[in-house]
Amino acid sequence: MKLIDEYQNSALARKLAIRIANRSAKPIRLMEFCGGHTHAIMRYGIRQLLPETVEMRAGPGCPVCVTATADLDKAIAMAHLAGVIITTFGDMMRVPGSHSSLQQTRAEGADIRVIYSAMDAVEIARSNPQKSVILIGIGFETTAPTIAASTIKAQKEGIENFYVLSLLKLSPPVMKAILELGEVRLDGIICPGHVSVIIGSYPYEFIPKNHNVGCVISGFEPLDILLCIDRLVEQIESGQPKVEIAYRRGVKPEGNEKALELMGEVFEIAQANWRGIGVVPQSGLRVSQKYEHFDADNLFRLNLKPTGEPKGCRCGEILRGIATPPECGLFGKVCTPEKPIGPCMVSSEGACAAYYKYGGISYE
Amino acid sequence: MSDNVLLAHGSGGKLSHDLIEKKLLPPLANPMLNRLDDSAIFEFSGHLAFTTDSYVVNPIFFPGGDIGKLAICGTVNDLSMNGAKPLYLSLSLILEEGFSLSELDRIVGSIKAAAEEAEVRIVTGDTKVVNQGQADKLFINTSGIGAIPLGIDISGANARAGNKIILSGTIGDHGIAVMCQREGLKFSTPVQSDCAPLNKLVSQMLKSSPRIHCLRDPTRGGLATVLNEFTQQSNVGIVLEEDKIPMKESVKAACELLGFDPLYLANEGKLVAIAEPGDAGKILAEMQQNIYGRDAAIIGEVSNAHPGRVIMKTKLGPSRVVDMLSGELLPRIC
Repeated sequence: MKLIDEYQNSALARKLAIRIANRSAKPIRLMEFCGGHTHAIMRYGIRQLLPETVEMRAGPGCPVCVTATADLDKAIAMAHLAGVIITTFGDMMRVPGSHSSLQQTRAEGADIRVIYSAMDAVEIARSNPQKSVILIGIGFETTAPTIAASTIKAQKEGIENFYVLSLLKLSPPVMKAILELGEVRLDGIICPGHVSVIIGSYPYEFIPKNHNVGCVISGFEPLDILLCIDRLVEQIESGQPKVEIAYRRGVKPEGNEKALELMGEVFEIAQANWRGIGVVPQSGLRVSQKYEHFDADNLFRLNLKPTGEPKGCRCGEILRGIATPPECGLFGKVCTPEKPIGPCMVSSEGACAAYYKYGGISYE
Repeated sequence: MSDNVLLAHGSGGKLSHDLIEKKLLPPLANPMLNRLDDSAIFEFSGHLAFTTDSYVVNPIFFPGGDIGKLAICGTVNDLSMNGAKPLYLSLSLILEEGFSLSELDRIVGSIKAAAEEAEVRIVTGDTKVVNQGQADKLFINTSGIGAIPLGIDISGANARAGNKIILSGTIGDHGIAVMCQREGLKFSTPVQSDCAPLNKLVSQMLKSSPRIHCLRDPTRGGLATVLNEFTQQSNVGIVLEEDKIPMKESVKAACELLGFDPLYLANEGKLVAIAEPGDAGKILAEMQQNIYGRDAAIIGEVSNAHPGRVIMKTKLGPSRVVDMLSGELLPRIC
């Protein structure tokens, strides 16, 4: 149990911060891919410990934020169908779609239930055999295995009224897309900890090789993040970008074979639509043919209205690392956690929510 | 009697009487309640405090308590936070048809035990039964009346720069206990709810120093919300020190695992006090004598800078804003 305190040790943090400041000479920009990292950085005030040469940018690693408006609209339309129960992780409830949100749709009478685990959706299906239970499957490589496991369970136990609307996304392909877009110069990437527990470190190898950008996998405690920044600064200053694991207690280079197997059993790689980024080839997971009877996309045909993005919202640019939350004209004025305009203000992993909650200002 | 609550138990007829006379009256009996008139009658003089609260926690049983204990402690604590000595409570039960009568017995038993510990009397009450699905097992409302001693002036608007902020113990226990019970999460050291009546702790504190400026129990919304309320009501700023805030290792671990910020988790047996720097040491020492104040600590200070803002020096040294809770962290925790 003492583990947590050790990764929050302030004396060690100061030492690391000094080492980073001493080593960092040229101005660099690092992207923390994962929303969990953005929150930890803001929560512990890590930016205040960094020298002026190190700039941090939030990335697209927030599953709720990158869910395309069209996909959210589709989930809302499914919720309106007779005999349907929608199950979703809580963060999705308040995200505004083109015309409504799941929360609003539930208030209008649709049966929408918040779950904490994909297995809960299977249980809901079991106890409501006369209803079609749709799991809104959002997330990255971290949640995909759990959704796969739920689907396999439903298959084994003959639960035929369970469906998955797969909006699952893959991390390395979207990193590739952002680097190829070239809209923002990046010197290093803080790679996601939990995703890498599943996929390992090999899938990032193309980044230093093809893009000359360093990659260090980080845990979520403050010392993990500082160590990761220290490693990236060292790589950049020595001109040797590579993939490193600064989260050895969680990540093996080969990842978690069992989880990868589960994912491969139920899903296949497909293009995916990312909010703010667009359709990225090979960056998502769809239900494979073998499990197509669980695919909500195949079973529910819907007539959808054209989608619309909220005016003035810069979530898309924030997710691509081009803008920071305070640069958005709506941030903190029109768009707050109580009345969010864009998804980055809603999700507990959203960059705008982190900047708003913990404040970007030093009060020393 | 059947084993479960029937709609007829709320009909006002014979079964209703049975429920009251067999299940509720014997454990909770006192001369004022025993009269069974439409209202309780008592004499009073001086300043009275009056409060009400409804309890809908899910699940109704959790480690360290249940909805009955919560319903007594919650209202006792609300009265105590104005410096009042809690005296009389009302008790209203809304039962879902089919609710187990043996579970009702257990809950009434906890109500009795909590009321005895807090030395309050339940002097009036009501029961209603609703159809299955129209309530979730059992909802409880309690209201309470308490007497405020002369010379006590406690309000969220009384904080002044330089005042010290005292917290009575570890935060987040209740929120994590309920969450773990609800979701079937098991830790090697299970987290118990801190649900407890704080009236005796408060009266001890007031004895050691009647000049306590603010008192509040950080229930829904947690410590962060209470401190933000103080900064707004008193138009002051607050500076917290993260490493001074007491927290159980198990709660810390659960928060890391589940992604909760303990500053926003509910507590049901904790209080925050704001007092003059000269009094804070005395008050703290007195609190630490009480079982519900053993882990009390001074966690920060009121400041004139940044009015309306709570700032926390993080464990690593830098400072950050601690905002009000926005949205719903965990539904139905009390």
